[in-house]
Amino acid sequence: MNPFSWQACDSVDAATGALNEHTKAVAGGTNLLDLMKAGVMRPPALAHVAGLPLAAIEDDGAGGLRLGATAHNADTAYHLLVRERYPLLTAAILAGASPQIRNMATNGGNLLQRTRCHYFYDTAVACNKRSPGSGCAAIGGLTRYHAILGASEHCIATHPSDMCVALAALDAVVHVRSVRGARAIAFQDFHRLPGDHPEQDSTLAADELITHIALPDASRFVNNSVYLKFRDRASYAFALVSAAAALDVGADGIVRDARVALGGVAHKPWRMRAAELALIGETATLPNFEKVADLLLAGAVPQRDNAFKLSMARRAVVRALEQALNGTIDNTDAGEQHE
Amino acid sequence: MTSPSCPTYPVSLTVNGQPRQLQVESWVSLLDLLREQLSLTGTKKGCDHGQCGACTVLVDGRRVNACLTLALMNQGREIVTVEGLAQSEELHPLQRAFIACDAFQCGYCTPGQLCSAVGLIKEGQASSAAEVRELMSGNICRCGAYPQIVQAVTQVMQLPQRHDNPDRPHVPGTVPA
Repeated sequence: MNPFSWQACDSVDAATGALNEHTKAVAGGTNLLDLMKAGVMRPPALAHVAGLPLAAIEDDGAGGLRLGATAHNADTAYHLLVRERYPLLTAAILAGASPQIRNMATNGGNLLQRTRCHYFYDTAVACNKRSPGSGCAAIGGLTRYHAILGASEHCIATHPSDMCVALAALDAVVHVRSVRGARAIAFQDFHRLPGDHPEQDSTLAADELITHIALPDASRFVNNSVYLKFRDRASYAFALVSAAAALDVGADGIVRDARVALGGVAHKPWRMRAAELALIGETATLPNFEKVADLLLAGAVPQRDNAFKLSMARRAVVRALEQALNGTIDNTDAGEQHE
Repeated sequence: MTSPSCPTYPVSLTVNGQPRQLQVESWVSLLDLLREQLSLTGTKKGCDHGQCGACTVLVDGRRVNACLTLALMNQGREIVTVEGLAQSEELHPLQRAFIACDAFQCGYCTPGQLCSAVGLIKEGQASSAAEVRELMSGNICRCGAYPQIVQAVTQVMQLPQRHDNPDRPHVPGTVPA
């Protein structure tokens, strides 16, 4: 690890005052420290924000929740209000990482985790995300894990988070602060597509601190939510493809509202309102689910090794919607015993 | 090892019940602090990137990868390592179960497996052997003692060991069956 100076922040003001191009916030550190050990990131200074009073998970008074930025992923996933109101989020968080990492990683940090592209991690090769302008060794390389949607000629990396796929589907809003003030960023605007600047993962400025994530009421989806994840081993692996699906279906079988987001396919969680709208007002049936998948995947461009993701993603969307129609799966089974 | 050109920072923590005050460089991981400065070599350094779980310890009762947290991030925390599980001569029930079930071959992953299992039980989220397997998945055993490890943990938790809860809905690829 490179040498760096250390500052433990005891207030939000102290933290926002400290953050800039050189001083990065660290809370759980599970991704940043890993990247620093690999020499991929070399921040000269770290500001420790884990002790800030930003760990609460609170009712917003309107059926939604505020998830504190420094609340741990595990505490968020197992929180009774999260499980009751957003089983999709519980399922997605529990599908990611390991219990040890979920105990350390924070909600804000999860949003800021960087791609697991092997070429990004390998400091011996070109990578426009790590070293802007150096080129992309992934293109033409081994591309099993890479993007099929929204990529550019400069970067084909994918965003690794499971949690973010659920947050995208749930219309989360990211609240941030800096010395310049506070602002709210709609989730679809938080992560960027690579374009000409793949080194910028998100629209968060260097001096901004995530304070919390707001989730609007999603009670209409509670009984029909599924996060489906396909990966190379049964647990503790990043998604090849994942799909978040949530349905609001009337007794007549007509879809009143729908949410679908894909993970593992793009530089950000892949969601398209037009694909969801194609299902609204229609029957919750296989042909209509296939239509959603086709719309969502329109324009997909595979790399040499990941053409399988086209059919895998299509099937993931269809299966997630079919499973969501049948009920909710939150990836825990200890509920009865511990609630 | 402290070189004069590198600034150090004070950190106070409790390790296996003993309060410790130390000076560390910013980049020292909790794992390296335990092994190199406190000579507690029970906690193992495997991948050093949070992928194998060999370095799992309990921080304020919660299992974490000691390699992915800095010593300075643990200011004021209570750390328990594998050396702290036994009560004097009395082994922890999990240690006894690991021995009874022969839940190790090479043994390198065992300290992390034990600390992880202690954390898993405390978390209270596992109610079946399948859940134990899933929630132990952050601990990699290269020699393949997984069945005996699950057996040892489920034995201590007094859970049925096989084919329990077959009707539980799960998402293929998300929770191992």
